[in-house]
Amino acid sequence: MYQYDEFDRRVVRSRAAQYRRQVARWQAGELADDEFRPLRLQNGLYIQRHAPMLRIAIPYGHLSSVQLRKLAYITRHYDRGVGHFTTRQNLQLNWVKIEETPDILDHLADVDMHAIQTSGNCVRNITTDAYAGVAPDEIVDPRPFCELVRQWSTLHPEFAYLPRKFKIAVSGATEDRALLRFHDVALELHRDANGEPLVRFIVGGGMGRTPILGETVRDDVPWRDMHTYLEAILRVYNRFGRRDNMYKARIKILVKSLGVAAFREQVEEEFSRIANGPNRLPEDALSWIQSRFVTPQYETLTNNPAVLSDALASNIPFARWHKRNVRGHKAVGYAAVTLSTKRAGFAPGDVTDAQMDAVADLADQYSLGELRITHDQNIVLAHVKQSDLPALHSALHALGFATPSIGLVSDMIACPGGDFCDLANARSIPIAAAVAERLEDLDEQEDIGPLRLNISGCMNSCGQHHAGHIGILGVDKQGQEWYQLSVGGSGGTQSSIGAVLGPSLRADQVPDAVEQIIEVYLEARASNERFLDTVRRIGAEPFKNKLYPNKGKSAADNKVAQNG
Amino acid sequence: MADPVQTTKPDLYKVTRIIKDGAIVADDWQFVPLASELAPEAHPIPAGRVIVPLPVWQSQRHVLAARGDVGVWLAPADDPQQLADSFGQIALIAVDFPKFTDGRGYSIASLLRSKLHWKGELRAIGDVLHDQLYYMQRVGFNAYALRSDRSAEVGLAALKDFEDIYQFSTDQALPVARRHFGANTAATRGSAT
Ligand code: SF4
Repeated sequence: MYQYDEFDRRVVRSRAAQYRRQVARWQAGELADDEFRPLRLQNGLYIQRHAPMLRIAIPYGHLSSVQLRKLAYITRHYDRGVGHFTTRQNLQLNWVKIEETPDILDHLADVDMHAIQTSGNCVRNITTDAYAGVAPDEIVDPRPFCELVRQWSTLHPEFAYLPRKFKIAVSGATEDRALLRFHDVALELHRDANGEPLVRFIVGGGMGRTPILGETVRDDVPWRDMHTYLEAILRVYNRFGRRDNMYKARIKILVKSLGVAAFREQVEEEFSRIANGPNRLPEDALSWIQSRFVTPQYETLTNNPAVLSDALASNIPFARWHKRNVRGHKAVGYAAVTLSTKRAGFAPGDVTDAQMDAVADLADQYSLGELRITHDQNIVLAHVKQSDLPALHSALHALGFATPSIGLVSDMIACPGGDFCDLANARSIPIAAAVAERLEDLDEQEDIGPLRLNISGCMNSCGQHHAGHIGILGVDKQGQEWYQLSVGGSGGTQSSIGAVLGPSLRADQVPDAVEQIIEVYLEARASNERFLDTVRRIGAEPFKNKLYPNKGKSAADNKVAQNG
Repeated sequence: MADPVQTTKPDLYKVTRIIKDGAIVADDWQFVPLASELAPEAHPIPAGRVIVPLPVWQSQRHVLAARGDVGVWLAPADDPQQLADSFGQIALIAVDFPKFTDGRGYSIASLLRSKLHWKGELRAIGDVLHDQLYYMQRVGFNAYALRSDRSAEVGLAALKDFEDIYQFSTDQALPVARRHFGANTAATRGSAT
């Protein structure tokens, strides 16, 4: 993990102190609500349905056990004891008091954390592959690049009042596990013939009410030009992005309206001017930033130790968990373990303070004190000895984090939705619970195979429904909660946006509809064909026909109401 | 908690004291608005120090250039490049922030300093509040027509909100990381402008 030094600490402390002064001025009436708003948002504070919500930054999803214990402490003392891990690898607390937020930021600063730019029209927290640094298919370790981008974007003076929020993802593996093509800008790292890192800039992706896949603006930006290229992109966007309509203000709309070629031309023109300027990274920047990371000291081990193969042979629940929740690792004898937050009685991503403490202990005991938050709202212990897996499994089982369902249909993503979020059209959590209950049989889930089901409570798409193999979107119809279903969305190298199946459904119809979608797949699939591949092969039509058999007839004939 | 009071906004462009080069100073520059009902060439320009809109400057430059007491202000959508050949004839450049959340002025300032090399006064005008001053300073502003209902002292203090920064900008401050890069630093900074 990256280690803060005195400079990093001073920035975070100064920011917390500045925020404390701003809150005091707002309380004293010296700062009007609409003047305070962007300031608090850029420190992660929303005013929500029931109480203010604080979004704490977890830069590129990486946490130390010490930091997680502090989050547990804050969750216990300043919230109601439950934190929510988000799809952008942050932590949200739904019950904070505004007047206590300056104290929370001080607590965070004690462990080199903050809430800087977790909201507002600025460059947000950087996200990356949860298996960065350990994934066997990695070409370039994205973490040092994430940190360079984090530093560059933190308190960037020119880009704090952009037309709209700006999300950056970084990845350096063959497989894209960071939803690159759904970000405002994505940096995809690869190498030139001499092994020097190059950056592919993918621009203009996004979800929301206009889902668009990002397009490559340039393939081969040398890593030292990473900041200047970003600066050129952001400057073009800051100057020419629309500000008259917040629904058309994201960079994707600018790229689309100009066309990617014209957008590229503008960026290249600006880039060529500043390319050799002061923001070009010095030759030693990468080795310097790498030296600021603590590299895990792996022991010399062998793969498949006896204790592991014995457990796999004799312990069926363990073997099942191992198949789904344990991944390969760069280092021989090690594994990366995913802790599932998807379990009965909890919303996806919800973790109590006591569970945070317990997971922090497990990280210390089994994973060199380091954790990652994934974009699908789970937790990863990235450096586990294979010989420790049986013991870790028992510990996780006792904690309720051992559901062997990673990548299966019950490993769903859901945003906080109408239970917490002011912007929601409908609730997400009860839908997630109802679908999970319907499909709770793990043998069935195993039979269905890999299936990503994502639920958003409104078009803002925090639940990433556009990227779900099955997507569920909450819509509002005359004050009632309705849900629109789609199939075929996906992140990854072959990203795609889900196709809407038809008129929206009532909440109580959703579990049936999900089951019907799965039935169509099970009937149509070729052997070993994943859900997504079947959808890609047969298209959305068979799913539409199943869900809306009376299509073309009057609305009344259909078992589902037409969404006008 | 006290309910924050929303005061009625004062005239954003009537300011008699500004922050300039780190000090609070009296100011008598008059702001000339762009009147949509008038053609740029028909705008009457009062005597004394004036800051005129870009289109007015462009259409009346032949008369105004000789005065020596004329500044030009840029609206968020204006292209600062259009002023580049006027630098020798204008006393200051102001950048308008009609609403403090409109961030285009930051890029305009940055371009004026780093691309066009404007060395004279660069002034933020309009909805200029305390909490944006630090960023304005970093992109190259050196004068701030702070809203008249805001304390200038608090504004001065806000310019010092942070002592460490992460990225080069037109203010030429040294970013955190560069302090570690040693020898490269001086060389790279040399090409900063
Ligand atoms: S998708 Fe909508 S309802 Fe869900 S968290 Fe985001 S804004 Fe709220």
